[in-house]
Amino acid sequence: MIAHAIFFYIFSFIAVISAVMVTVSKNTVHSVFFLILDFISISCLFIMIGAEFLGMIMLIVYVGAVAVLFLFVVMMLNVAHQKNTFFKSTHGSRHIPIGLLVSLIIFFELVIVVGGWKYKPDLINSISLEISEVSNTHSIGYVLYTDYIHLFQLSGMILLVAMIGAIILTYRKREGLKRQSYFSQISREKGDGVDLVDVEKNKGVKIDV
Amino acid sequence: MQHYFIILASEIYKILFLLIPVLVTVAMIVWLDRRVWAFVQKRRGPNVVGPFGLLQSLADALKYIFKEIIIPASSNKVIFILAPIVTMTLALIAWAVIPFSDEFVLADINVGILYIFAVSSLGVYGIIMGGWASNSKYPFLGSIRSAAQMVSYEVSIGVIIINVLLCVGSLNLSDIVLAQEKIWFVIPLFPMFVIFFISALAETNRPPFDLPEAEAELVAGYQTEYSGMMYAMFWLGEYANILLMCALGSILFLGGWLSPINMYPFDIVPSPLWLILKILFLFILFALVKAIVPRYRYDQLMKLGWKIFLPFSLIWVVLTAGYLMYFDLLPMV
Repeated sequence: MIAHAIFFYIFSFIAVISAVMVTVSKNTVHSVFFLILDFISISCLFIMIGAEFLGMIMLIVYVGAVAVLFLFVVMMLNVAHQKNTFFKSTHGSRHIPIGLLVSLIIFFELVIVVGGWKYKPDLINSISLEISEVSNTHSIGYVLYTDYIHLFQLSGMILLVAMIGAIILTYRKREGLKRQSYFSQISREKGDGVDLVDVEKNKGVKIDV
Repeated sequence: MQHYFIILASEIYKILFLLIPVLVTVAMIVWLDRRVWAFVQKRRGPNVVGPFGLLQSLADALKYIFKEIIIPASSNKVIFILAPIVTMTLALIAWAVIPFSDEFVLADINVGILYIFAVSSLGVYGIIMGGWASNSKYPFLGSIRSAAQMVSYEVSIGVIIINVLLCVGSLNLSDIVLAQEKIWFVIPLFPMFVIFFISALAETNRPPFDLPEAEAELVAGYQTEYSGMMYAMFWLGEYANILLMCALGSILFLGGWLSPINMYPFDIVPSPLWLILKILFLFILFALVKAIVPRYRYDQLMKLGWKIFLPFSLIWVVLTAGYLMYFDLLPMV
């Protein structure tokens, strides 16, 4: 158990420190890298409590896809040059009250959840937690596609709507765009491209009709 | 306390027993790649150092070690140094879950395939970090390209893996191999194997999808500012990733360490050797593709990934699931 505790403290220490560094570091790209480090150490913590499926999905979805797109945006917009002056500006930042509000709300939500556990300990005794023989993936599958199928499909629909909305908002039709069509290229034959003409003497021929 | 040290020592021994052969193989595979490439083009390839030029990679490595490591003055130094380390580490840690036989697996975890998928999707960070930290135009363009490319092709690889998992009913790599005892998945899922192979080419930035380092447009892409041992680490990491993708392909589709026919002359061959032979077979295909196919244009690459591979493999998931459901062949869990 000692090794377990040591690893827990290492990962949680890294997670907390990097979460602080996300907000404090001056360079925005560094912030994203610290965010990635945070995600990785959180997924290590997930794996340590036995939620291996959740930890791996966290790595694949958040680190492998979402954070890459974050990084992509931050690099492309060149916001790395806009130094993060959050803690240094002379006349204070207008974002601090909003940030405090959000963090207070999250804190109270945590208090409610932990308080619920404290006063009603049988709350976590749901069926899915008791199966220790069945692997993680199977037990998630059992509840996700039976009890929670409607919620699951609803969240899928929300994601789809968000995706279509993002595409519609950013899509603009550009004029004079040439597109490649493989089928018209491959189905082109000699007759379409080559035209043999008998040219009369001293008359010439009109090309590019 | 002594108990811990014994466990630690045996684990380190096992890790080294896996890691050192992988590293030596990576060096040899570079030589093989160059030889195959040369033979297709009717050249000789590296044949001077050692018998058949086998020691060429060692000579190259020696040269890289003695070269000066140049760190550009305007680069972001920490990330610049971190990038090749990340690439190399991620390429090597994924080997932990590869099963070489029914007992020789370093870590036989339940979510092995997800682990490999996660590690290979992390691989993009080495490239992005290298490209960004160089603070130069070509590396930056190369890394942006590769980020988009690798994220796109991961999607289709994920869907292909779902196809295999539908037939297996487990995320454990040993279970995936054992599920192919009757028939290798390459036969019922042949179109998926082809798409997996092409996506693996794109995922590892191999030709014809080597746009992140297209030398005609981007000098050397994200590696432009790197020199000496740091360049060599990128290079080793890239080849280790290629080998890993070959191993993954042979586990998912070619039956891993299973012998082709369970009969007398085949079953005396030790099972790790079968896996190695399958990896080599896939790698030679990789090398041949490098030699005979011209490079894709970037819009063609994106079109292939998103508009052709993704819909096709999704349709195939529906077909596989429907077939297994209708004939009641879904694996019991």
